[in-house]
Amino acid sequence: MSIFVDDDTRVVVQGITGGEGKFHAGQMIEYGTNVVAGAVPGKGGQEVTGVPVYDTVDEAVEAEDADASVVFVPPAFAGDAIFEALDTDLDLAVAITEGIPTQDMAKVNKRLGETDTRLLGPNCPGIITPGEAKLGILPGNIFAEGNVGLVSRSGTLTYQVVDNLTERGIGQTTAIGIGGDPIIGTSFIDALEAFEADTETDAVVMCGEIGGEDEEQAARFIGEHMDTPVAGFIAGRTAPPGKRMGHAGAIVSGSGTGTAQSKIDALNNAGVPVGDTPEEVADHVEDFL
Amino acid sequence: MKLHEYQAKTIFADAGIPVPDSRLATTVDEALDAVDEIGYPAAIKAQVHVGGRGKAGGIKIATDRDEAEAYAEEILGMDLKGYTVDSVLVEAGVDFVDELYVGVTMDRGEGKPVLMVSTEGGVNIEEVAEENPDAIAREHVDPAFGLHPYQARKVVYEAGVDADVALDVASILSTLYDLYEGNDASEIEVNPVMITGDREVVAADAVMNIDEDALFRQPELAEMAEASYEDDLERKAGEYGFDYVRLSGNVGIIGNGAGLVMTTLDLVDYYGGKPANFLDIGGGAKAERVTKALDMVFSDPNVDSVVFNIFGGITRGDEVAKGINEALAEFDEIPKPVVVRLAGTNAEEGMEILNTDLIEVEETLEEAVQRAVKNAEEVTQ
Repeated sequence: MSIFVDDDTRVVVQGITGGEGKFHAGQMIEYGTNVVAGAVPGKGGQEVTGVPVYDTVDEAVEAEDADASVVFVPPAFAGDAIFEALDTDLDLAVAITEGIPTQDMAKVNKRLGETDTRLLGPNCPGIITPGEAKLGILPGNIFAEGNVGLVSRSGTLTYQVVDNLTERGIGQTTAIGIGGDPIIGTSFIDALEAFEADTETDAVVMCGEIGGEDEEQAARFIGEHMDTPVAGFIAGRTAPPGKRMGHAGAIVSGSGTGTAQSKIDALNNAGVPVGDTPEEVADHVEDFL
Repeated sequence: MKLHEYQAKTIFADAGIPVPDSRLATTVDEALDAVDEIGYPAAIKAQVHVGGRGKAGGIKIATDRDEAEAYAEEILGMDLKGYTVDSVLVEAGVDFVDELYVGVTMDRGEGKPVLMVSTEGGVNIEEVAEENPDAIAREHVDPAFGLHPYQARKVVYEAGVDADVALDVASILSTLYDLYEGNDASEIEVNPVMITGDREVVAADAVMNIDEDALFRQPELAEMAEASYEDDLERKAGEYGFDYVRLSGNVGIIGNGAGLVMTTLDLVDYYGGKPANFLDIGGGAKAERVTKALDMVFSDPNVDSVVFNIFGGITRGDEVAKGINEALAEFDEIPKPVVVRLAGTNAEEGMEILNTDLIEVEETLEEAVQRAVKNAEEVTQ
């Protein structure tokens, strides 16, 4: 079992003719993902890494029966690309693009509430169900099939934690990067809810970071609705207020909301042990299993 | 990206929001010329990106020329919470009877812009929000429709603004929303809006922050950003295209990916060191970027030791190692000890080819950080 993607997922890559899109489409195919089409305006009829390219997502869905998209479109056009995915009624859209203006995402977010499509990201590494499919830029070789779910706001931090798990022989059901922007589609709670419902996920790792209140809300959800044990990690304990730490969303406000301590306290209160180091997170997971 | 008060007020004035008469001055003479034109009382206001300027001594009211000269001398060049004051805004004093707070920002949780109005203006609004949240009236805006004018009126009345000025305040709020949307702002705040004895409404302060991700379509604001860097290293990082934040410690940190770099900072602290910076070089880590990153941390006089942590991911570790070696070749001598840790794809191959004559390598993140902290301690002893 897994959540959100598996070997039946049929993927259209938006922006497949660009450098990133082409490279990662190839990587996804190599991993075994069912990449069935590309969509790039003006490039219909071409073929990239053995995949037919269409001018619109709509055509790709019509011709190849795609049900999920991965967006590798530059920030200035990514909002539009996500709208196209949402308006085509795909099951899932994964937006990798970093640096989409927040006001564009506010409009996307509004539309998202009116559709049944799940959005992952933007500014995220994507999602992987080891051995079945990966949609995004995650390095497939560090993952292993197993029974731990992982949800994280950060890409490379996810890799670090996964690496620690895999090295100990602990594999993953599905790993999800939800993205580091202020406005994102799938939240921690959405992912946690799906992991809780997944019979093969025996433990979950949640990696958060400073900024916003998503981790606090997730902690409340865990306390009230989850039987599956969760281990946590929070990045940004040493971040000074008012400074954006790389991710647009990773900023502690002047009033002290969004601090690491507030998130760690909330998780601890919900019975979630929070590691001081990535190694400690793996220790906690090992204890659960 | 933060605009200075004078920059924001120029934008406000162009949009028709009443602001006090003002001039920017970078010398005492310029400041005196400005007060000669504006008259007294005049506010002399430090133009730095620091909250609570007034309390910190960065805003003074001059009632005559001698005071103006004394205050201009005092404030220009002063150190305000770590920032040197290069310019002051000389502004006509406003004879006010009441102060309000108005602001527009993005409510992350809702994914919608929100208008905020409070009659408890002139004080730290974040304290108001914490101690008396009901004193702030809020109204969310549907980003697809934009602001309906009634919403601005509704929130102003809800906040309890005096009826005779309510529509003027609502009109300012509507304009602020237009500016928020049109300039891709992340936040606009006027604290205080002053109500004069003649019942005029004036924007006495101006905070305007711009979404850095939208600067590509806001070329005029991008130019203003140039004038807003206050730290040479942060300016350099901007030119190199790095995400960089300067901190006060002595362990320089370079890594890829915001979450992992933040984690590296946290671990430096956890193992008893003090991080000197956040520097995310992003994906790839080609030699050129590695060189620039090393140049940045080496040129920070506070840095005594460096930890370089790359999780290869899609990028192969051996390629990263080649980049590091090429970058190191640019330096005749390594000015500060560097610990490198590579992980992920082909990390072992990478670790093997790293030039260990110049740098130290460690296998795990935890070990690398501990060694860098120890190196920093040895330098400072």
